[in-house]
Amino acid sequence: MDDEMKKGAVTDRNDTGGGGRYLSLGKSDREAMLAAVGVADVEELFAAIPPASRFEGSLGLEAAMSEIELVDHLEELAAGNAADRRVLSFLGAGCNPHFVPSHVDALIQRQEFLTAYTPYQPELGQGTLQAIFEFQSLVCMLTGMDVCNASVYDGASAVAEAVLMARRLARRGGRVLLSEGLHPAYEAVARTYARYVDDIQFEVLPLDEHGRTIVGQIDDEVIAIVLQQPNFFGIVEDLRVAGEQSAAAGAKLVVNTTEAVAFGLALPPAEAGADIVVGELQSFGNGMNFGGPLVGFMACRDGDKRNLPGRLAGRTVDVDGQEGYVLTLSTREQHIRRARATSNICTNEALCALAACIHMCSLGRNGIADLARTNLAKATYARQALADRGMPVVYDGPHFNEFAVRVGGDAAELVDRCLANGVVPGVALGRFDAARADQLLVCVTEVHSKQAIDRMADVVAEAVA
Amino acid sequence: MSGGSTPYASRQGQLKQESSIFERGGHGRVGYSLPALDVPAVDAVDAWGAELVRQQVAGFPEVSEVDVVRHFTRISQHNYGIDLGLHPLGSCTMKYNPKLHEQVARFRGFTAAHPYMPEAASQGALELMWRLERILSEITGLPYLSMQPAAGAQGELTGIMMIAAYHNKRGERRQKVLIPDSAHGTNPATASLCGFEPVEIPSTERGTIDLDALRRAMDDDTAALMLTNPNTLGLFEEHIDEIADIVHAAGGLMYCDGANLNAILGKTRPGDFGADVFHINMHKTFTTPHGGGGPGCGPVALSEKLEPFRPRPVVVKEEDGSYRFDDDRPDSMGKIHGFYGNFAMMVRGYAYIRAHGARGLRQIADDAVLAANYIKERLKAEYELPHDRHCMHEVVLSDRRQKEHGVSAMDICKRLMDYGFHPPTVYFPLVVSGALMIEPTETVSLQEIDGFVEAMLAIAREARDDAELVKGAPHTTYHRRLDETLAARHPILRWEPRSDEVSEPEST
Repeated sequence: MDDEMKKGAVTDRNDTGGGGRYLSLGKSDREAMLAAVGVADVEELFAAIPPASRFEGSLGLEAAMSEIELVDHLEELAAGNAADRRVLSFLGAGCNPHFVPSHVDALIQRQEFLTAYTPYQPELGQGTLQAIFEFQSLVCMLTGMDVCNASVYDGASAVAEAVLMARRLARRGGRVLLSEGLHPAYEAVARTYARYVDDIQFEVLPLDEHGRTIVGQIDDEVIAIVLQQPNFFGIVEDLRVAGEQSAAAGAKLVVNTTEAVAFGLALPPAEAGADIVVGELQSFGNGMNFGGPLVGFMACRDGDKRNLPGRLAGRTVDVDGQEGYVLTLSTREQHIRRARATSNICTNEALCALAACIHMCSLGRNGIADLARTNLAKATYARQALADRGMPVVYDGPHFNEFAVRVGGDAAELVDRCLANGVVPGVALGRFDAARADQLLVCVTEVHSKQAIDRMADVVAEAVA
Repeated sequence: MSGGSTPYASRQGQLKQESSIFERGGHGRVGYSLPALDVPAVDAVDAWGAELVRQQVAGFPEVSEVDVVRHFTRISQHNYGIDLGLHPLGSCTMKYNPKLHEQVARFRGFTAAHPYMPEAASQGALELMWRLERILSEITGLPYLSMQPAAGAQGELTGIMMIAAYHNKRGERRQKVLIPDSAHGTNPATASLCGFEPVEIPSTERGTIDLDALRRAMDDDTAALMLTNPNTLGLFEEHIDEIADIVHAAGGLMYCDGANLNAILGKTRPGDFGADVFHINMHKTFTTPHGGGGPGCGPVALSEKLEPFRPRPVVVKEEDGSYRFDDDRPDSMGKIHGFYGNFAMMVRGYAYIRAHGARGLRQIADDAVLAANYIKERLKAEYELPHDRHCMHEVVLSDRRQKEHGVSAMDICKRLMDYGFHPPTVYFPLVVSGALMIEPTETVSLQEIDGFVEAMLAIAREARDDAELVKGAPHTTYHRRLDETLAARHPILRWEPRSDEVSEPEST
């Protein structure tokens, strides 16, 4: 370490080999400011750090990189993922391969959206606030619910928060029934969030041979039933049964989705009696990004809105009577209510929600149905193509754009063999449940041509044989 | 001095009110394209049964791509952003977001990477996560990381849950978590979520934690202290070594909130001053764009004793140099995210740290702290400074003197907009009445700082001479002060057709 650095790096010129270009002060600025503050050396400003706790050396990091070197380095890392045209992938399971139109990404890269702060000062954040308001409106229309929040981290934490919300609404603990058709990772996250809530007991509702949740009769100790639409195995559930049962028992019906495109065609959960609808909107306008960031959302009935976690944008007027938007009902939130808040969430997924909002607007009333029909048709074709080659479905219930098949051997090994031929035909379900080691979950969307589906089916058939 | 005279935030005249997207459509317009269907069409009614199929998504607009682009571009212009100017938001570290990050994070190898792709075909993503973990370990002085939390508050939750799991494993069910009164609201909210009773510890006159109160409160029923250091008053806890000793001596753990990491990069490390867990706000310190409220990324650094409890799965590097996920973690606190966290934000944070290197990171801390102290020195003649000594990366002022003229911290904030600046954080921390919490960061030039200072000084004069001018602010923004009370009393949380509009056209 050189002496200059020890002194606080008052060098002649900011580092031109790396991030120096992001620094806004130069040597003369620093000198003028030190003089104004009345210290000779910047180290004096750190005098409050007790000597025993000071870090005196130099962090053991690799040398700074220029922009040219960084682009090269990151290109190399990106190339270490088989995520380009070399591989034909049918992976979904809640991180779904949909097309993102160019204008969606162009709009969210506008600095006004990309770099803006949370709109706590509404006069400077009307763009974000209006977009959130429109996002909330679209999700209400899609789900049939009355109120939707401005987003939460992901679908998994949305389910977890919904369970805690149902407990608040019930004003007591009790049993929470989770469908076997709930995404296993979502179930895991819900169990994590509720681990230290002593009065919640989880139970699992199994699926019938068609892949639909067996709800049965429930008693009044149940505070919530959690189903997924379409469920983890791609099956379209008949939510009305759960709606009737939960209403009769006074429990809350929570409906989760990991594939909201289905609601271009599927009955809105509100019409089946859902009390809380949550899930993931990554399918709209967001890339897969190795699983994050995502777009969780939570929607509920009007009467329950004060128990909803997360931010909410509302319409109001300014002092001149001009219409505008603000963040509202903040007394639910941690920065006001602290220990008694509905959740500890602060930062959410605003920019991802904006992308979802823009994509949903662009699809519009016709496009969302068209997109859903395309997904249904492609997946139906793929399901038949695999059945024709000797791979039957696990469940014969109606599906949307995803389905599980039996491959007659270890599915993970099958995936590896297919990968060698440039195809990843689906998610091997043994990673979630050893009893499902011979099952493959296949997701087929608008990005897959008939030719691609045929190739996948052929490669799988060859790998099985 | 120059700067600050251009009211960037004040652009009245260039902007028009933009109606909602739901009022901009026309029957038959489309804003999407799909390939012609090359497989047989399937009727959902046949496939699912009519009772499970909806007629249409009522209310969705019918707009062209042009409509969408104009609408969102227009409303974007009602936003203020980092590229336009200073956001001196205390505790938020609103620094410049490099353009490079947006490019590299969009490499197809990252955006199209699937979390369930076989590990052999995900080595790039795994390597990036592993490298970033090692770097953050070096910066924090703590050996292990979990990259899974999606934001700071979820990082807190992860940290406190690991602490709970640690005590439980030892057969203890401790009930309390100690939290200083200057803490962020997320701290007590997190403690409650984990079933702990949050106990507030007062600050002293000097603005740091009251050691005697801490000693009295710390006992064998206390799981942890949640400490922000530097604290939210912008002050380093001078007795940090003693604080850590008090907590550890009673068998408790030190949770450190990393909101203010920017001030101490390369200067001191949480692991060296006794932290057992430390969350990092990637979107603050390592400048992933704020996006109007997210996404964030809240990795957690942790000590050896908490390692078994890390969220699963964890990234491991094999002897042959390959990387994989280890999901066989019997003592893990469980999963906190559906997948592995906000990976695309990790790419940006990684690029930022690699651009700076060790020396650059230290320079960030130096410049951020120098800028805050410079602002403090220049404003203390006009604004009450509750703690008059060197601050770290942020300075907390109070509106007490302006209050004598009926001008509040919020009025000062609104008036700053007329001068072209985003206001600082206001009314936080709660321990300072009428707090104005100012954090300039290292990415603000002296001209901009001086412009901000001049504006603040001008507002102080206005408060004395023409208080109504300040109380009526902002005057030049497109929207003037918005009625938050009305919004809360009569919540309108979604668009609905106005009563005088005709019903929506039927669609096929």
